[in-house]
Amino acid sequence: MAKHDIVIIGGGPAGLAAAVAARKAGIQDILILERDGCLGGILNQCIHNGFGLHTFKEELTGPEYAARYIEMVEAEKIPYKLNTMVIDINKEKEVTVINKEDGLTTIQAKAIILAMGCRERPRGALNIPGYRPAGIYSAGTAQRLMNIEGFSVGKEVVILGSGDIGLIMARRMTLEGAKVKVVAELMPYSGGLKRNIVQCLDDYGIPLKLSHTVVGIEGKERVTGITIAQVGPDRKPIPGTEEHYSCDTLLLSVGLIPENELSRSIGIDMSRITSGPEVNDQLETSAEGVFACGNVLHVHDLVDYVSEEATLAGTNAAEYVRSGEEKSNCHVVELKAENGVRYTVPQTLDVNHMQDQVTVRFRVADVYKDRYISVYYDGVQISKRKKKVLAPGEMEQVVLKKESFGDYPDLKNIVICTEVE
Amino acid sequence: MEVRELICIGCPLGCPLTVRIEGENMEVKGNTCKRGDDYARKEVLSPTRIVTSSVHVNGGELEMVSVKTKQDIPKGKIFEIMEEIRKTAVDAPVAIGDIVIENCAGTGVPIIATKNVARV
Repeated sequence: MAKHDIVIIGGGPAGLAAAVAARKAGIQDILILERDGCLGGILNQCIHNGFGLHTFKEELTGPEYAARYIEMVEAEKIPYKLNTMVIDINKEKEVTVINKEDGLTTIQAKAIILAMGCRERPRGALNIPGYRPAGIYSAGTAQRLMNIEGFSVGKEVVILGSGDIGLIMARRMTLEGAKVKVVAELMPYSGGLKRNIVQCLDDYGIPLKLSHTVVGIEGKERVTGITIAQVGPDRKPIPGTEEHYSCDTLLLSVGLIPENELSRSIGIDMSRITSGPEVNDQLETSAEGVFACGNVLHVHDLVDYVSEEATLAGTNAAEYVRSGEEKSNCHVVELKAENGVRYTVPQTLDVNHMQDQVTVRFRVADVYKDRYISVYYDGVQISKRKKKVLAPGEMEQVVLKKESFGDYPDLKNIVICTEVE
Repeated sequence: MEVRELICIGCPLGCPLTVRIEGENMEVKGNTCKRGDDYARKEVLSPTRIVTSSVHVNGGELEMVSVKTKQDIPKGKIFEIMEEIRKTAVDAPVAIGDIVIENCAGTGVPIIATKNVARV
């Protein structure tokens, strides 16, 4: 059986940054496994700009951002296998892999980094009545068809869902000469970044209809029209509010789901809210030596934060391989998300072994105005920061410093919450 | 005096900006960094955007290579630029930064490749 110190599953932005960090932390024997024919993952089809301001202090497109990390991986001579699918991992950290060259093989890893990313929620997950004609695509599929494979997707378009990919595709299709008639969003707020509403919809006069959903798809061979309707607070369509749009294409941008089939096969603890593994401040899952980062852990808005998170996972996996012994004298504290904060990543923190500071990322449950983000240690308020606007579409973070725990030797829990005053 | 409310597109923070315009003078509020101040002034006087797209590649490992305007261009020129991009094809190999179209649509700004595509 082949043996490697660190096996990284996924060669997208998370896997690449984790690999570079693990190598910089002194681990020579690393292998990246990627099921696609090239490294870079979803960045390859994200040809728009806006990536890298945080990491590289300049504005890059997706392929340029990916290329920066691919160059680092090549420069470090980190091995990777393309067109290679991981089909199983187990608690003994045996990774079962299949590809055309090697057939079915098993690799023994000392540490595993989960970096499989996420996938789009498909039409089947929504209850949209109607036939199944051609012309219905998830936004990311349409993006790949246009930007990588060079196909024209449609001429008259309705988009359901205002996630960032849907907004980006509204602009992309408009630039390619299509008419995007409307973007319908079920929720009373957009799931995308504000800047994308401005530069993808407002710039081109594309209407965004909040609290609206698709109630009918017409056409048998190809989509010929879409009916949308307003929804009430119960998110059910309101009779009499139907509007019809003739179109040949419906794009769905209705959410992303972390791709955790492999994580489940080891039986690690999963968060029901993020649909990703539960992790400690080292980004280690409940299976010792198995780390997670990027969109497989929780869906991000920004690749820069994926790279940052993956760098941490790579560094910690390297440390795990090097030390090779279980930690003693742990003081594990639970992080609780309360009052409008939906979840936190990480979910636990080891006060005795944490880095000097830990970045806790989270999302809020609804759109809030003029609220504080507060942190409590065992019921005592430690910090509060005022935010003009908080929205579920924009990930937030707080930084916890190790020194702040000095006065709390018996700390049991940390609460992160929103507060009106 | 004119007051305009903008959302900064400089980075994903998306700061809500308020611009007070009085003749030649402009006052920007709500920005967290200088980028926001620059964006607001530009957006009021002459808005610009980076345009990204992709063009066909002949003889490459991929069908398409992604491209962008090297700098931001006047917003009103977006569709003229797209018109030229749509008519363009390049021969592989292509490297990041290669000029695909010089002086696109008379803006003085070139279109450059944002992806490496090897020849096959």
